[in-house]
Amino acid sequence: MGKLTFKGGVHPYDGKELSKNSPIEKYLPKGEMVYPLSQHIGAPSVPCVKKGDHVLAGQKIADANGFVSVPLHASVSGTVKGIERRLTATGTMAESIIIENDQQYEETEFYSADPESLSANEILERIREGGVVGMGGAGFPTHVKLAPKDPAAIEYVLVNGAECEPYLTSDYRRMLEEPEKVVAGLEIILRLFDRAKGYICIEDNKPDCIAKMKELVKDRPRIEVKELMTKYPQGGERTLIYAVTGREINSTMLPADVGCVVDNVDTVTAIYHAVALGRPVISRIITVTGDDVVSPKNFTVLTGTCMQELIQAAGGLKTEAAKIVSGGPMMGFALYDLNVPCVKTTSAFLCMEHDPVSEATVTACINCGRCVKVCPGRVLPSRLATLAERGDMEGFEKMNGMECCECGCCSYVCPAKRPLTQSIKSMRKMVLASRRKK
Amino acid sequence: MEQKLNVSSNPHVRDRMTTSRIMLMVVLALMPATLFGIWNFGFHAFLVVVVTVLSSVAFEWIYDHFMHKPNTVKDFSAVVTGLLLALNMPPQIPLWMPVLGSAFAIIVVKQLFGGLGQNFMNPALGARCFLMISFAARMTDFSVSDSFRGVVDTVTGATPLAALKSQGFVEGVSVPVKNLFLGNIQGTIGETSALAILIGAVILLAFKIIDFKIPLTYIGSFAVFVICYMLGTGMGFDVNYLLSHLFGGGLMLGAWFMATDYVTSPITPKGQLVYGVCLGIVTGVFRLLGGSAEGVSYAIIFCNLLVPLIERATYPVAFGKGGKKA
Repeated sequence: MGKLTFKGGVHPYDGKELSKNSPIEKYLPKGEMVYPLSQHIGAPSVPCVKKGDHVLAGQKIADANGFVSVPLHASVSGTVKGIERRLTATGTMAESIIIENDQQYEETEFYSADPESLSANEILERIREGGVVGMGGAGFPTHVKLAPKDPAAIEYVLVNGAECEPYLTSDYRRMLEEPEKVVAGLEIILRLFDRAKGYICIEDNKPDCIAKMKELVKDRPRIEVKELMTKYPQGGERTLIYAVTGREINSTMLPADVGCVVDNVDTVTAIYHAVALGRPVISRIITVTGDDVVSPKNFTVLTGTCMQELIQAAGGLKTEAAKIVSGGPMMGFALYDLNVPCVKTTSAFLCMEHDPVSEATVTACINCGRCVKVCPGRVLPSRLATLAERGDMEGFEKMNGMECCECGCCSYVCPAKRPLTQSIKSMRKMVLASRRKK
Repeated sequence: MEQKLNVSSNPHVRDRMTTSRIMLMVVLALMPATLFGIWNFGFHAFLVVVVTVLSSVAFEWIYDHFMHKPNTVKDFSAVVTGLLLALNMPPQIPLWMPVLGSAFAIIVVKQLFGGLGQNFMNPALGARCFLMISFAARMTDFSVSDSFRGVVDTVTGATPLAALKSQGFVEGVSVPVKNLFLGNIQGTIGETSALAILIGAVILLAFKIIDFKIPLTYIGSFAVFVICYMLGTGMGFDVNYLLSHLFGGGLMLGAWFMATDYVTSPITPKGQLVYGVCLGIVTGVFRLLGGSAEGVSYAIIFCNLLVPLIERATYPVAFGKGGKKA
């Protein structure tokens, strides 16, 4: 049998050797901490503290607002300085709770539990109370994802350890240093789905993780390790499901529609923390890397930490970086200001000495079809981008424009250096906005 | 904060391949056929190549300059067009003709339709057909006078395909298949040596400039057409006849270098297969059923016109929209 994979995809320079051998270090922040109320998809949380309140690390500072929402917790002890609009990594201003860190790191009490003794509802409740969201980047509330209409129809729980984004090594370090937490988290999820098998899916550029995980799960009949071909975007939800199960979902479907649940390695770890230990999401692993960072590292970072501090902790920048990206080079957000907080979905900071995008000259499309060959969504990116540039919304939808997953492969390969993903992405936003109006 | 950071939409990295690099790879891949042609046909052939390429580039520059458009000479696409046009010229052609051809290719076929990426027809082939129609006698005069190989052949001979058409394959009279493969025959500057063209094709395939879809469906369906023709006309299967058709004339150069032209071939994967089959059939019709011995150039520019229809009919099914469901 060949390696599990999908059709299309690219092999960009992976840059993982920069940070892959640096063990996870805990970084303790100094200044004020910023907690945007919306670190997830769905309704923003509602603050339950006010200016002047003293809070402890792990204490709830904002409540969930409705079902598709999660609570938010302080990651340090200190005093609430206020609730105001602050800049976030995506470039927008968002209502945030500001806490002055007293540097005592006093924790509130956490109530651990034996997952075996909990009912499905109790498990979901603890996940929700822990503020767990998809930490791979999407930020979808995990308790919603884990409560599909028909739990008995779920056949596969996939732990996404592909980490196909170049440069990122946070999942790699997690699987290497704390694999037992990942397995424990997966076992908790499996308790929700009686029929399901658990697959830990890892790209074959991480043989050490694969070996470690295989060793750990050998006596657990419900869990298997799946080796994936190393290729971007192998860790995309749709491509991952296809690679492992051969099932396809389109933009209008959820993984549950084909009997799957997909969760990132860090999310599964957070589930373990929330359910077994009663610890909410107040930290995560962030890779600070790139050719412009003095010593690329993997940090355990408390949420709310200012990104500028983190880059200093990695030795600072070598030059005046041309570009700094929150996330990986393929799907991350370029930052214009380093004074933004780390949130639950921040996976990396990539500091680039050169910006290949601004250095490239855009020329005419020569119809070479490279974008078509690499597109995992099997659409025609060059044509969609042209329709988008023309503002032809109807034609764009008719030509499957909404099936694009914005992975960036088309822009990456384009020899004419056309910003295909960008054009398609903005048109998709316009289509979604016009649908909401209707 | 003092520092200025670049901001753009994802992705933030780019592949090294650029349009000009692709064009240079094509030029490199055409070198075996070009050098063989010059060696085979002599100094005048060399002049034709140089003059055609230079005039193509000059017309590109002139058009850009006088139309106040960005200079597109740097993308090397005019070099490719000029080189392909030169390889489609008879070796003794008067030099003003390829210059006229370059002007037609670059200005009429390419630039007037919007420049690189917008032309609906292969510029080099468009220009060749323009010259064929306008100056049929000159364009089919394949005599050679100053071959570097010392084989001075001033006889105005018929090309192997023309002979094949009038008399079929006759052992001892027709040109041996080996000569057709190596290129010791008459024809245009770049089309004679199937071997040299295949070396170029390997370069294109190795660097992933082209893939097998169009050339193989083209050559394959044409071969099937020839076999059907042989059996249908009672000639019986003759492997020499088949191979003469495959290695003779412009098929190899056309299939590997001109049918694969990105701009004028379908972008859809299935469409490329359909396009290849169309090319094979149309070439067969032109060569075997039609009046002329050659048919590749006309077949390709004819099928270029079918591309929008082929693309429409072969629009791919998006991921998850019709594939295997649970």
